[in-house]
Amino acid sequence: MAAGVMELWSGLPGYVRSTFWILVVMVAVILSVAFTTLWERKVIGWMQLRKGPNRVGSIFGLVPGIFQPFADVIKLLLKEVVVPSAANKTLFRIAPAITLVPALATWAVVPLDPELVIADIDAGLLYVLSLTSVGVYGVILAGWASNSKYAFLGAMRSAAQIVAYEIAMGFALVGVVMASGTLNLGDIVRAQGGGVSNWFALWLFPLFIVYVIAGVAETNRAPFDVAEGESEIVAGFHVEYSGISFALFFLAEYANMILISALTAVLFLGGWLSPFEGVLPEGSWLAQPSFFWLFLKLFFFLTCFMWYRATFPRYRYDQIMRLGWKVLIPVTLVWITVEGLMVYFKVGPWKG
Amino acid sequence: MLVQVLFYAFSAVLIAAALGVVVTRNPVHSAMCLVLAFFTSAAIWLLIEAEFLAIVLVLVYVGAVMVLFLFVVMMLDINVEEVKRGFTRYAWLGWLIAFLVIAQIVGVVWFRGLGIDATQGAVPLPADYSNTRELGAVLYTQYVYPFELAAVLLLLAIVAAISLTMRRRPGLKAQDVARQVAVRREDRVRLVKMDAVTRDAPAPRQDGEGKAP
Repeated sequence: MAAGVMELWSGLPGYVRSTFWILVVMVAVILSVAFTTLWERKVIGWMQLRKGPNRVGSIFGLVPGIFQPFADVIKLLLKEVVVPSAANKTLFRIAPAITLVPALATWAVVPLDPELVIADIDAGLLYVLSLTSVGVYGVILAGWASNSKYAFLGAMRSAAQIVAYEIAMGFALVGVVMASGTLNLGDIVRAQGGGVSNWFALWLFPLFIVYVIAGVAETNRAPFDVAEGESEIVAGFHVEYSGISFALFFLAEYANMILISALTAVLFLGGWLSPFEGVLPEGSWLAQPSFFWLFLKLFFFLTCFMWYRATFPRYRYDQIMRLGWKVLIPVTLVWITVEGLMVYFKVGPWKG
Repeated sequence: MLVQVLFYAFSAVLIAAALGVVVTRNPVHSAMCLVLAFFTSAAIWLLIEAEFLAIVLVLVYVGAVMVLFLFVVMMLDINVEEVKRGFTRYAWLGWLIAFLVIAQIVGVVWFRGLGIDATQGAVPLPADYSNTRELGAVLYTQYVYPFELAAVLLLLAIVAAISLTMRRRPGLKAQDVARQVAVRREDRVRLVKMDAVTRDAPAPRQDGEGKAP
């Protein structure tokens, strides 16, 4: 039976198989977003000695509040979508979609498993960079099309912040490309093979830290969430959005968080590689590379996003700009030079 | 066959978007049409297997240049009618450029009809050919000096732009982070020793030490 299914599967044309995986990844990402919102409220609740949501549903009394995300989605779906009369109608409606699409489309090149990647393209890292830079349009257009001062201020702040941190992020990725010698994400993971000591997070530690910080700033999450600072500009760029159009922004923000976590795991922590490679015997399940390890690393970084939110106060706008331009960019430049020297003198993983 | 259908579909979108850039009255709509034009031309480049150029086009023009462009256009309150008033004065220049472009396109098509090699389409390359690597190899070996010169020129432009906008403003309150970090407890807090004050205590000492605030 299983063999028959496998045979049928490999007999299908390539585009049918890719479409199948695209659907699987889309549904998985959207469901993950739903449960990430619940997990965030739970984690921050525990950090603040509260219980978090625990009313909607349970599985045999075990996970109280498990259906909270679905209750939220149904509530948002049933609400009226208000379009302000002075808004630019077309752009106001398109903006949420423009934010969401890049967040989902980038998953095409993320290697999920030693075999599984939807589009195994050579310039994968460039594709990731270019698509993540497109996401900013949704924010800018939403802020402008709303025809509201608060929304416009939020959009301006967000655009300046994203453009600034993209540079630091790009430099951190230059370090990864120098270390692995390829732009293909799967090959970047393979270049980190051979045990934890070969993971780039160790050799490119400053770049790793810069990437994590820039990733938080790119997703407009606390402590970099001046774009929606509720104490100053109400909710920033999505202040005029209600109902499901607001939910799309919410979905995009969380999808971006998951994506940045996945990319951090792939680029710096060996993606689907096992941390016990070379420690445990070869045949052991724990020593094998698998999706499980990618998921574990992704989940760790995702929880870190919530940790930052519960821990740090919001940055002031000029402090954000100072950190981006005057701290992170020089750090990356220095470490790229150091890395060049390491490659030249064949130190560390560049021995061979 | 599929490639041709895709080519004509993208070309149609590209031409419509390019028309949109000049025809729409709202400057923000124009900018968005330009973004769409960049995207579709990137897609057409992908069809001729120039994936590096296509992705970099999106990365540089859509991701950075147009964002700043949009930024400026949104900030300005442009009165379109005012701008378009003297438009027909430059019509002859527009016609001239349009005529040149059309002549070039017709020339290419005509040359191809003659069967000269120079204008034949690119030969499809094997799947494992990476034009990112090839471009990098050429840029850093054969063209390394022009490439470095271009880089220095861009650096010069950055320095010039910053030095033009930098000016000392009197009364500007900026935070000096190094000084903030170097601050010691003694600079900010003074601990004053006080005697405990009880309800039926004698009057505070006369030397001033330990006087209740």
